[in-house]
Amino acid sequence: MSHSAGFLGSTLGKKVLMAVTGIILFGFVLGHMLGNQQIYLGAERLNHYAELLQANQALLWAVRSVLLFCVAVHIVAAVQVWLRSRAARPVRYRVFRPPAVDYAARTMVWSGPIIALFIIFHLLDLTVGSAHPNYIRGDVYHNVIASFSQPVVALVYVAANLLLAFHLYHGLWSLFQTIGWDHPRFGFVRRAVAVLFAVLIGAGNIAIPLAVLTGVVR
Amino acid sequence: MKLTLHVWRQRNPADAGAFATYELEDVSTHMSFLEMLDVLNQDLIAKGEEPIAFEHDCREGICGSCGFMVNGVAHGEQPGVTVCQLHMRHFKDGDEVTIEPWRAKAFPIIKDLVVDRSAFDRIMHAGGFITVRTGSAPDANAIPITTENVEHAMDFAECIGCGACVASCPNGAAMLFVGAKIAHLGLLPQGQPERAARALRMVEAMEREAFGACSNFRACEAVCPKEISISGIARMNKDFRRVALAGPAPARGKRR
Ligand code: FES
Repeated sequence: MSHSAGFLGSTLGKKVLMAVTGIILFGFVLGHMLGNQQIYLGAERLNHYAELLQANQALLWAVRSVLLFCVAVHIVAAVQVWLRSRAARPVRYRVFRPPAVDYAARTMVWSGPIIALFIIFHLLDLTVGSAHPNYIRGDVYHNVIASFSQPVVALVYVAANLLLAFHLYHGLWSLFQTIGWDHPRFGFVRRAVAVLFAVLIGAGNIAIPLAVLTGVVR
Repeated sequence: MKLTLHVWRQRNPADAGAFATYELEDVSTHMSFLEMLDVLNQDLIAKGEEPIAFEHDCREGICGSCGFMVNGVAHGEQPGVTVCQLHMRHFKDGDEVTIEPWRAKAFPIIKDLVVDRSAFDRIMHAGGFITVRTGSAPDANAIPITTENVEHAMDFAECIGCGACVASCPNGAAMLFVGAKIAHLGLLPQGQPERAARALRMVEAMEREAFGACSNFRACEAVCPKEISISGIARMNKDFRRVALAGPAPARGKRR
């Protein structure tokens, strides 16, 4: 116990925590995206799927608790690591142009908080219904169409999922490094996997508001 | 060619410091960057002013003494060189050049461009060594090792501890340095006895210093004058995780 406490107290350990919780959350996001593709199969199919998910309340809340716990750990570790890094350079450079730092890596610091805010909005919009213009409990299909028919809301979903894709790309690639998965022969696989899943999840999620907005799904 | 330099001047660790601007009228493209500063310093001395303090020793990229930011990039924009190997032919007439010391809490400024890198020494003392038999020289090739491991270990052994990785990391992290040391020794048969303890002690020593955490920005790898790969960081992460989670091995083989 004391060993793992020491491990988790270190920045390397905190990064591993972020990687492990990140994998679990990544699995959820992937499943969420795949399940939601049933919107293209019509109202009955999607609503039936939603009913299925709600069928076992104990299981539902168990899964929700695990996800919430992972989100909390992910955020707390991220904040701790970020504070440590900020303190490491109290005096800034007048000119600072570190090469190679890519867009996804640079935006992690704010894509994280923005995604967290988006998740809260998303839950209020389509799970709780309090941020929804015309929420009908149980009629998921209607709720999604009604929400995404508002252009501003649809654009918020598109923008947030674009950020999520960048976050997943850098996060996925990073976690291989954090966990120490680095065989020289498979180096290229890490980036390919990260790109593949980021694009898959991003495109799958973004397609839905766009389909509603353009009237493909209604 | 003419150059305008903006150089960080700071009298001592307590001084607030400020940029000073120097106009250079006639810089030869054959000079090295440090020679250009030498010429400027001769001028300053002739005028009775304090010369710019910067560290240097070998001036051929092997000792790790030199290093500062040139226009926001550690050792300047040329890849794979230290600032002592940077040549003035990479600059053009009329250029403005900003010269700043490494900025990191763990590397306090001593004077002008000279910073205190003893944080690196403390990390090395914690575990950057192997146990060897002293006495007469051992037979050559007595210890078997694969070619790949030799090559990889030598790549990591190239680290000269200049601190460019810390200086360029947006997080002020020392991961590339510590990763290089752990990977260098951990890849060699001679480094095996202390491998677990080394990862533990060196990472713990790193965490005691005011370095930041790794976000996989990869700026360190891009500026490293020895082009050391971040795969050393992955190796450090793995070695450290294994030993930190398992705890130290029992000192006795007997079951109790
Ligand atoms: S002076 Fe030795 S590396 Fe530059």
